[in-house]
Formats: sequence, C-alpha cells, structure tokens
Amino acid sequence: MSRYLIRRLLIAVPSLLGISLVLFTMLALAPGDPFGELATNPAIPPSVQASLRLKFGLDDPIPVRYLHWLTAMAHGDWGFSFVSRMDVDKLILQRLPTTIGVIGASQIVALLIALPVGVYAATRPYSIFDQIASTFALMGFSLPPFFTGLVFILVFSVGLNWFPFVFRSDLSASGLAWWWEEFKQCLMPITVLATFQAATWTRFVRSAVLDVIRLDYVTTARSKGLPESGVVLKHIVRNALIPVVTLIALQLPIVFSGAIVTEQIFRVPGIGSLLISAILANDTPVIMGVTFVFACLVVLFNLMADLIYGWLDPRISYR
Amino acid sequence: MNEQDLRGLIEDVRRGKLSRRGFTRAMVALGLTAPLATQMLMHSGVAVAAEKPVYKPTKRGGGGALKVLWWQGPTLLNPHFAVGTKDQDGSRLFYEPLAGWDPDGNLVPVLAAEIPTVDNGGLAEDGTSVTWKLKQGVKWHDGHPFTADDCVFNWEYVTDPATAAVTIGSYQDVKVVKVDDHTIRVEFKKPSPFWADAFVGSVGMVIPKHLYEPYKGAKSREAPANLAPVGTGPYLFVDFKPGDVVQGKLNPDYHMPNRPYFDTIEMKGGGDAVSAARAVLQTGEYDFAWNLQVEDEILKRLETSGKGRVEILPAGSIEHIQLNNTDPWTEVDGERSSIKTKHPFLTDPAVRQALNLLVDRASVQQYIYGRTGIATANYVNAPEKVVSKNTHYEFNVDKAIKLLDEAGWKPGADGVRAKNGVKLKAVYQTSINAPRQKTQAIVKQACQKAGIEVEIKSVTASVFFSSDVANLDTYPHFACDLQMYTTTMTQPDPGVFMRQFLSSEVASKANKFQGRNITRWQSEEYDKLHQASEKELDPVKRAALFIAMNDLLIKNVVVIPVVGRPSVAAAANNLHAPLSGWDNNTYALQDWYRDS
Repeated sequence: MSRYLIRRLLIAVPSLLGISLVLFTMLALAPGDPFGELATNPAIPPSVQASLRLKFGLDDPIPVRYLHWLTAMAHGDWGFSFVSRMDVDKLILQRLPTTIGVIGASQIVALLIALPVGVYAATRPYSIFDQIASTFALMGFSLPPFFTGLVFILVFSVGLNWFPFVFRSDLSASGLAWWWEEFKQCLMPITVLATFQAATWTRFVRSAVLDVIRLDYVTTARSKGLPESGVVLKHIVRNALIPVVTLIALQLPIVFSGAIVTEQIFRVPGIGSLLISAILANDTPVIMGVTFVFACLVVLFNLMADLIYGWLDPRISYR
Repeated sequence: MNEQDLRGLIEDVRRGKLSRRGFTRAMVALGLTAPLATQMLMHSGVAVAAEKPVYKPTKRGGGGALKVLWWQGPTLLNPHFAVGTKDQDGSRLFYEPLAGWDPDGNLVPVLAAEIPTVDNGGLAEDGTSVTWKLKQGVKWHDGHPFTADDCVFNWEYVTDPATAAVTIGSYQDVKVVKVDDHTIRVEFKKPSPFWADAFVGSVGMVIPKHLYEPYKGAKSREAPANLAPVGTGPYLFVDFKPGDVVQGKLNPDYHMPNRPYFDTIEMKGGGDAVSAARAVLQTGEYDFAWNLQVEDEILKRLETSGKGRVEILPAGSIEHIQLNNTDPWTEVDGERSSIKTKHPFLTDPAVRQALNLLVDRASVQQYIYGRTGIATANYVNAPEKVVSKNTHYEFNVDKAIKLLDEAGWKPGADGVRAKNGVKLKAVYQTSINAPRQKTQAIVKQACQKAGIEVEIKSVTASVFFSSDVANLDTYPHFACDLQMYTTTMTQPDPGVFMRQFLSSEVASKANKFQGRNITRWQSEEYDKLHQASEKELDPVKRAALFIAMNDLLIKNVVVIPVVGRPSVAAAANNLHAPLSGWDNNTYALQDWYRDS
C-alpha cells in the first residue's frame, strides 16, 4: 500500500512538470500584453513600459522565463501579479475562504440532494417519485447557471427584494447578525450552483444504483430476509458508489477553481473571478499560480479516488 | 475661429453677455478642455472663482456607510503605479494632490493653501516656475506632519526610471525645489504654458516620504504601503483585496472641517456594468456606480424605478474613425503600413471627403449611443458664432457620389468604383463591442450606396488594444484601411493629446509601434503649429493654435470623429456626489454626503 502510494506520487512529478511547461508556453505564446493599457495612454512615455518589461523579466526568451518561474516555485516563491504587484500566493489565499465557503457548500448541498434522491428513485424505478425526480434533474442540467442566476436575481432581488445580489466579503455585522447576512447573500449563488450539480449527480447515482440493484447478490440478500434498509445501504449503495466516487473526486478540484460565471454574476470574490480577471489582463503569474494549483489538486484527488475504491471494495488491491 | 474671435468671446464673458459655463462649453466643442478655457479667462483678467460645492453637514461623521460600486475594482493603491481610472479612483480615497480640477475646469486647492496665480506671486511671469504654498497642519494618517519634503520626495521617487512610475511624464521635465517647510517651487526647463500638471489631479497625488523613502527605484514593488496606503485623505485605510474590495473608515484628523460625512466607505469591484447600474438604480443596494458603458435604453428603463439617477459628464473621450495614409497591403522591409508607402486611394482628398460624408453620426447617436454618445461638436449648445465651419458635419450620400464622380472614380460592373485599376475596397476594423459593430454596419451600408465596398473586421479588445509587437491585429499596426476606437484625453491640457498627429510620432516597426501617430499622417504645417503651442505662454493664443491644429485634422479628414463619449455614472437619489470630467471620479469624495 505505501509502496503504491510512493510510486503514484513519483509518477505525479513528471506529469505536473509537463502540465506546467505546457501552460507556461501557451500563456507566453498567446497574444496580449499585461501592459497594453500603458501603450494606449498618450500621457505615459513608452520608456515606462520598457522599464517595467525589463524589471519583470518579460523580454527574456521563453525557456529562460520558464526556468526562472520553476526555480522560484521550487523555493516556494509564487511570483507576483503584474497588475496588482501583490504576491500570487497572497492573492489566492485572500480568495480561498470565500471560494471554499460558497463552492464547497454548494457541492455538499448537491451531494445531500443527489444521493438520497438518486438512490430512492432507483429503488422504485418509474414510480411517480422517479418521474418527478427525473423531470427536475433534466430541467436542472439543461438550464445553465448564468441563466438561473439571472432569473434568481430578477425574482428574488429585483422583484421581491429578499436577498442582495452583490456578494460582500466584508460584512460589518458580527455574531448572529453576521451569520444571517452571510446566509442571505450566499443563498442564491449556492442554490444556483447546487441545483445544477445535483441534477447531474442525481441522474448518475440513479443509474449506478440501477446497475447494482438487479445483481444476484442483492436478490440473495433479500431472500435471506434481511431488512430492506440494510440491503439498500450495505449491499447496494456501497457497491454502486464506486463510479460515483470517481465522478465526485474528479469534480472536487472545481471547489478550488471556483465557478467563473456564477462568481461573475453575483460578484463573489472567489478564485474563479481572480482567474478570469487575470486572463483578461494577461497577468501570467496569477494565471500560472491558479492553474498550477488546480492541476496539483486534480492529480491529488485522482489518487484519493483510487484509495477510496480499496475501502469500498476490498477486492481491489494495490500493488 | 482665430485668436481675435476668442478674445471677442472672452470680452463677452467679461461684460456678462456670455456665461462662463457657456464659454467653457464652447471651448470644449472646439476640441479644447475646460481647464484650458478657465486658464484663458484667468489670463485675460476675468475673475474665476471656483464655485464651492454645496456641503450641508455641520459635523464630521454620522453618515453611516457609503457603498460604491466600481465594476472593475481597483487592483493597486499606489497612485504612481495607477494606470487606469479604477486604480486612480481607489487611490484617491486615501491620497490627495495639491489641487484638483472641478467640472468647469477650475483648479480647487486640496493640499495647497491657495492656487498659484501671477497676482499672488505663485506663477512666474516668464512661465519658468510655479510656487505652491502648502496647507499647514495637515497630517498623514499615521500622525506624521505633511511638509514640502514629501512633495520633493514624490518628484524624486517618480523621476527615478527604476521606479517605473506611470506618472513620470508629468514630472520628468521639471525640477522641484523646497523653499521652506510649507512652500515648494516647480521649475520648468523652458517656459511652460501648462503649469498645472505635476502635483495636480490624478497624477498629482502625494505619497508619504517617511514610508516610501527606502523603496525608491528598483525596490518600488516591495513597499508595504503599496497595499496599505497611508495618505492625507478623508478616509483611513482598512482593507484591500485587489479586484474585489477597498475599505476605509472616517479620518478623525482630516484637514477640512466637518468632513467627511460618512463613517465608512466600501468600494466594491467585479461583475459587469449592467448589473452595477441595476444595483444603484433599481435595487438601491449601492449608492454609486462608476463608468456605466451601458446602452442608454437600459439605463432609462432602470431609472424609472426611481431609486437613483444617471449622471452624465462631458469628458475628453471621442469615438473616431482613422484613415490610413500608408498602404496596409504592401510589405516594405517586413512592415505593413510602412511610412515609406502611400495608400492607393485614401490619399485622394476626394475619397476622404466622401467617406466623411458617408458617416451618419446622427443615426449613430440616435440609435446606438443615446445620451452616452453625442454626435460631434455641433450638438453642444454653443453660441452661433463659435461653431467653426470646419467642425460642421453632414451626412449626404448624393454629395459623396458627386465628389467621387468628379474625381474620376467610375463604378465598375460590380458596382464598386475604380480608377486606373485601383478599386475602392476598404477593410474597416474595430474591437469587439456591440455598439461598435452596429456603427460599422451603418457606415458600411452608406458606403455601399456610394460604390465603396467595405469589409468589416472585428478584433477581440484584449488583442486590439495590446502593444504586442508581433501581432498585426493591434491598433498601432493599423494593418488595414480604416479603424475605429475611442481615444481618451486623459489630461486637462490638449498638448499631449495633440502629439498624436506629429510627423515624428509615426508608429513604425523601428519604434516597436509605440509612436503615437497611428494614422501616419504627416504635415509640416501641423508640426509647426504644435511646436509653437509648446512655447506660447498666452493661453488665448495657445488655444487658437490648438483650434488651428484641430481644423487641419478635420479639413484633411485625418480622422472622422463619430461621437463624443461623456463619462456616465449612477448615483442614489439622496446622495450628493460632486463629479468632474477632468479629474478622478473620487476627486471630491470629502464633499460627498447624503440627505437625511
């Protein structure tokens, strides 16, 4: 087991290096310029732009720039944003709590909806409950978050005036009042994200459970006279979870990268909005920082998924 | 409109026949700025006292929270690194200049005790220096006194090329000398007509010497105060998340009495312009929103909710079409639109005049921009005699056709006109932006009627406005026949703005396309006028020179102005927020208050 873990971690190193190389080259070759705004402003002499480019090492050849970035990263130096001149790790850390709070909560809510609904629907296929669940799921994943987001704003903010639609990371209240305010402003973005995610997951859980429910050992368990709840939880769900775990593990890094569109609509200062503004401003160090952490998380969660398989199904062994 | 006419107008103002505001408006219509207009009046001895904005609160604080929305939030808070208005506006919460520009172009003292004039001895008669008296008793937020040393340090800090300050253009040609603890003298290398640049307005914000001194030059990025400003402004720094939020709280030691009114300020960033307008005008969640590039129809609809109002301020931005003087389709030494080439048909004055007649500005304003884009100068309510004949515009397809016929451009079998084998086929590019694409369509349609084939091209804004030397699609490369965008007159004085048509400023491969003359139009007459304007100390004569330059541009159809873009903001109905088109949106933040 530990040998397996070490081997997997070692394999991860070259793949992460490869990812970083590809990312860096693509960003370096892409059109655009972090100092474009300087060039269009007649009041700023061109020499300012030249000295900034020199100062930030933008005129070096791409391989040299990549090596600089890599060695600095190995020392734990993430570089600094060209736009705000702030350290990249600080920028990311500033936005991490909001991202994890909002996106994390939405994923948990989605899971809390998808698991019971999916399992219950599968144990009673084509019942009225299943039909209703399927209809809602279809609606849920057919409606893109930017659409539901705008509809929510129009109904609940503009129409009913119940919730604010501008997310504030600096609520001034404290204690219970703070929680109430936070709840009010989080409700719409979390609901938008959770319904979309829950819809997809519900369909997935349902079909995974349906696959298992017809197998012989389930019939055997039932004929032994075991209570239905035991059969469902111990025999069906545990086995049906393997594909579901893969799907969720692969999607969890999204919690870090944020939800770009939803964050933009509700002005949630998450990592998604940091990424999109960095891309628009050609702020390479920030884009590299965010995407690289994202790549690391994908690799890590893949590994975790593989480990969870072993726990769910002891027949799987690691060599 | 020559010097004589200008003097006549100034005389009218003196006699009270023309209001000062009317005069300023007339000057703006001629392509000059309000600050320059005020300078002209001052120089001619017409008393100009800045009207004090109404300020009712009788004590400091007690106004609760002020929530403003900048849909692109500030990303840095060092005014000398602040490129865009968002960063300048954010820095202005905490930092202040010696003086700011009010909406009528008057200088209003902030950290200065008074505005320098020839009469009070502040301005040297020969235009070689200006002496600023600083306000006494002003304290930085950390309690240090604000003195002349701080101003001198700012000049040293900015002019060090290793600092890479974007404000260097305003400081590099002057020398700043400390006279005493509360007086500085700004010395110019040569007599300078425009003296109110360094230490004034958005480039003039002063940073504290005691915190920035160790971080002058190459270490400028590392200063902790870059992210936690300590200034002299009405609000103390609380928190800053780049692109998301800037927070401040009332400065109990602020140097103006009874100010500020609000206890806290929050400047929130992110999102888009339409929803920012909605948050102020429709739901009232926020008190103020900046730079609303939103279709006027949407703004009008949101305004009907009655929570807020739209504020439209004249400013120096103009959406215009540029005509390429060089040939974009022939490569010379690996460079398209090289100055060594001549455009096959755009160098023909008849074609240029025809194109000018084919741009339907009235429709562009009426159907696309509404209140947020005013078709050229003539829409401004100016006295009849001010309207220069040269700035008159007309939409007339028949006249264009006649012009082209007379010049020998005959329609071919495909309806496209040609002469000596050269066809009138033009590629017309701009950045991707809905109103611009609609404008392109209007121009294309009119050109088609007149037998000019126009091919429309749209480039992503981030590419079009970049300075990538290798990318042909950027606007300085101008690798096509016509292009359209907005230039912003960022400075209160047109001097720098008018450099865009100097022969020496032609954008080329040699200067990495950083030359400002994008149209590559060259005229000795223009160069001479500009040279003269840099020496002329009499603001009236200087204004006449600028008008002459402007007329040259219009007469030769170097550019076709389409619409002027005023700055648009939204404010809650009960909020008093004095704004100025010649300075930052937050230039008078200390005077903002709310009706209770």
